[in-house]
Amino acid sequence: MELDPLLLSRIQFAFVVSFHAIFPVFTIGLATYIALLEGIAYRTQDPHWARLSQFWIKVFAVVFGMGVVSGLVMAFQFGTNWSEFSYRSANFLGPVLAYEVVTAFFLEAAFLGVLLFGRNKVPPGVHLFAAIMVAVGTFISSFWILSANSWMQTPAGFELRDGMVHVTSWLEAIFNPSFPYRFAHMAVASLLTGGFVVAGISAWYLLRGHAVTASRRALKMTLIMLAIAAPAQLIIGDYHGLNTLEHQPAKVAAMEGAWETQEGLPLLLFAIPDQANETNHFEIGIPKLASLILTHEWDGEVQGLKDWPAAERPPVGIVFWSFRTMVAIGMVMIGVALWGAWLLYRRRLVDNRVFLRVLTLMIPLPFVAVLAGWFVTEVGRQPYVLYGVITVQEGLTPSLTGGMALFTLIGYLLVYAVVFTAGLYYLTRIVRKGIPEELEEQQDPQGRPKRPLSAADTALDEPST
Amino acid sequence: MFDFTYIWVMIIGFGVLMYVLTDGFDLGVGILFPFARSEEDRDILMNTVAPVWDGNETWLVLGGAGLLAAFPLVYTVFLPALYIGVFLMLAGLIFRGVAFEFRFKAAKGRRGLWNAAFFGGSLVATFAQGAVVGTFIQGFETENFRYVGGALDWLTPFTVMTGLGMIVGYGLLGATWLMLKTEGETQQWARGWAYRLLAALMVFFVIVSLWTPLTDEYVRGRWFDNLTWLWLLPLATVLVAARLWRSLNRSYEATPFLYTIGLFALFYAGLLFSKWPYVVPPNYTFQDAASAPESQLFLLIGLLFVVPFVLMYTAWTYYVFRGKVRADAGYH
Repeated sequence: MELDPLLLSRIQFAFVVSFHAIFPVFTIGLATYIALLEGIAYRTQDPHWARLSQFWIKVFAVVFGMGVVSGLVMAFQFGTNWSEFSYRSANFLGPVLAYEVVTAFFLEAAFLGVLLFGRNKVPPGVHLFAAIMVAVGTFISSFWILSANSWMQTPAGFELRDGMVHVTSWLEAIFNPSFPYRFAHMAVASLLTGGFVVAGISAWYLLRGHAVTASRRALKMTLIMLAIAAPAQLIIGDYHGLNTLEHQPAKVAAMEGAWETQEGLPLLLFAIPDQANETNHFEIGIPKLASLILTHEWDGEVQGLKDWPAAERPPVGIVFWSFRTMVAIGMVMIGVALWGAWLLYRRRLVDNRVFLRVLTLMIPLPFVAVLAGWFVTEVGRQPYVLYGVITVQEGLTPSLTGGMALFTLIGYLLVYAVVFTAGLYYLTRIVRKGIPEELEEQQDPQGRPKRPLSAADTALDEPST
Repeated sequence: MFDFTYIWVMIIGFGVLMYVLTDGFDLGVGILFPFARSEEDRDILMNTVAPVWDGNETWLVLGGAGLLAAFPLVYTVFLPALYIGVFLMLAGLIFRGVAFEFRFKAAKGRRGLWNAAFFGGSLVATFAQGAVVGTFIQGFETENFRYVGGALDWLTPFTVMTGLGMIVGYGLLGATWLMLKTEGETQQWARGWAYRLLAALMVFFVIVSLWTPLTDEYVRGRWFDNLTWLWLLPLATVLVAARLWRSLNRSYEATPFLYTIGLFALFYAGLLFSKWPYVVPPNYTFQDAASAPESQLFLLIGLLFVVPFVLMYTAWTYYVFRGKVRADAGYH
C-alpha cells in the first residue's frame, strides 16, 4: 500500500492537537474557578476556601505543565507538515501565533509563579491579583489561538499577492466573522469542563466522606454555575451554527446529513451517511425541525451537499456523528446541571448518593464533547485548510513523504503515550491524596524550580496515605 | 516604510544565542549526568539547573514563533528539511523535561528510568541541534522558495560531526557551569571533565574550520578573498581557549564558564559572518526570507513590551538561585 503523506499528516495533526486541546480547555475553566475561590477566601478569611484553592492549584499546575509540553510540539507542526500553508499565510498566522506564545510566557513569567508559590510570601491581595491575572491570561491566550483558527475557517482582512497572504486590515482579520461565536462557545466549554471536573471530584469526596465541608461548598457553587452555563451553551452553540450556515453552508449540510436542498429539512436523530452513493441509510428524523433551528422557519430552505462538487464536500459521516455526540453530551450536561440545581433548591444535595455518583461519571464527558465539537468544525471545513483559498492538499509540505510522516506519527504516539500516562497517573495520585486538612505550609522551593509541576509535592510512587 | 528586517535580524539573532547559551549548559549537565560519581551527586547536578531550565527553553519556542512571523522562509525550509531531526529534538526535550519533574517525585530506588530519560533526552536533543548547524552550513536544496531535498539530506558525515561537536560543546558549557555552582569533590570532578571536553572541542573546531571552506565555495571566498579581518575570530577563539585552559589550571570558579560563553559567541559570530547575508543558504538572503513589513511591525509592538519583562524575570530567577548548590538543600 502506498503511504499517503497527506492522510498521515492529517492524522498526526488531529492526534497532536486533540491531545493538546484537552489540557488548555480544562486549565482555562479551572483558572477561573481558582480565581473565584481566591476571591471568596480573601473576602471571608475562611480557611476552607483557601484549602480548596490550594488543592486545585496543585491540579492546575500539573495540567498546565502537560499543556505546555504538548504545545511545544504544536509550535513546530505547522512548519514540518504544513510548510506550504505556513509559508503562504505566515504574514497573518505568524504574528498571531507569536502573540499567543508571547502572552503565555508573559503570564508565566509575571504571575504563575506568584500564584503557585507565593501564598505565604506576598500579601493576600497580591496573591488574589495573581490568580485573577492567570485566569485572564489563559483567556487572552485562547483569544489568539481561536482568532487564528477562526481566520482559517472564515478568512477576512487580507488579499493574495502571488499566492501569498497580505493583511489589509488587522482588525477584520483578527475579528473575522466566525471568531466571536467560536470564542464564546469555547470559553463556555472551558467553564463547563472545569465545572464538571470540580463537581465530579467534589462528589467523589463526599461519597467517601472526605473533606466534607469544603467539598460540599465546592459542589454547591459549581452546580449554580453549571445550571447557568450549560443551558447558555445551547443558545451560544445555536448562534455559532447560524454563523456557520452563513459562511460555511457545506459544513452545516454535513452536520445535518442533508444531501438534497430542501424546504422543511428534518432533524435526523439517526442515520448512516453514505458518501459514495450520496444518501443516508436507516434515517430516523423529526420532520422540519432542522429547518426551524437553522432558519427559524418551519419551511425554511437549507442547502444540501449535492450543491457542491463531490471533491468539495467534507467527510459527512465523521461530521454528522461528531455533531450528534457533542449535542447529546450537551443535553446530558444540561439535564444533570438542572437536576443538581433542583436538589440544591430542595436542600437534598448531599444525601442523594445516586446524583453524586452520576456526577463522578460525568467527569470525562465534557472532554469528549469538546473534542467532538472540534472534529465537527475541523473535519467540516475539508477539503480546505484556509477556507475557500488553500486546500489541505496544497498546504502540505511538498518534500514530505509517506515514510517520514509515518515515522513521526508513530513517534509522537509513543512519546505522548509515555508522557501522558505518567502525567495522568500522577494526577490521580494528587486527587486520591485529597484536600489538605489544614492549609499546608509551603516549603520554600530553595534550589527547586518555581514552575508548574513543582507546585505539586505528592510522591510519584510511594504508597499514599 | 522603515525597514524592520534589521531589527528582526537582531531580535532573532539574540534569541538564538540566548537559547544556545542557556539551554546549552543545562543540556550539557544532562550529558554529563551518567558520569556523575554518585546518585547524591546527580541530585546536586540536577538541582543546579532545575530552577532555570524551562525558562531557558522558552527562548526556543519564542524563536520558533518569531521565525514564522518575521522570517517565514527560514521556518518553512528548515523544518521540512530537518523533519526527522526536529522530531528527535522535540522528543528528547520532552523526555528530559518530564524526567526533571518526576525524578524528584520518584522513590529513591526507582530513579534509574528517569536518569536514563534525562541523559538520553539531553543527548539526542543536543545532537539534533548540532546537526541543524551542520545543515545550515551545508545548505538546502530549494526551488522557488520551497525545500525540495530528501528526508535525510540533513544526516551526512559533516552534520554527524557537527552534532558530535555540539555534544562536546554543550558538555563543556555544562561542566564549567557545574564548576561555578558546586564545590569540593563534585567541583573537582567537573573540572576534570572540563579539561577533556575543551581539548575535544578544539579538535572539532579545527576539523570544522578546515572542512567547511574546503567543501563550500562561498565560505572559502569569504575567508580567503575578501574580509581578511574575519581572521580575528579564529585568532580570538584560540586565545580564549588558552585563557580557559589556564583558568581551569588555577581552579577559578566563575571564569571558566564565562570563557566558555565567549567561545560559543565567537563560534556563533564566525558561523554568521561566513554565510551572511544568506539565512537559507545557498539561495536566499535574510531579505528574501522576511515577512511583509506590516506583519513585522505588528508583532514588534507586542515584543517590545514583553521581552524586557521576560529578561527581567530571567535575571531575577538567576539572582534568586545564585550561589552554590549543596547536597542537603534542594530536594525534599
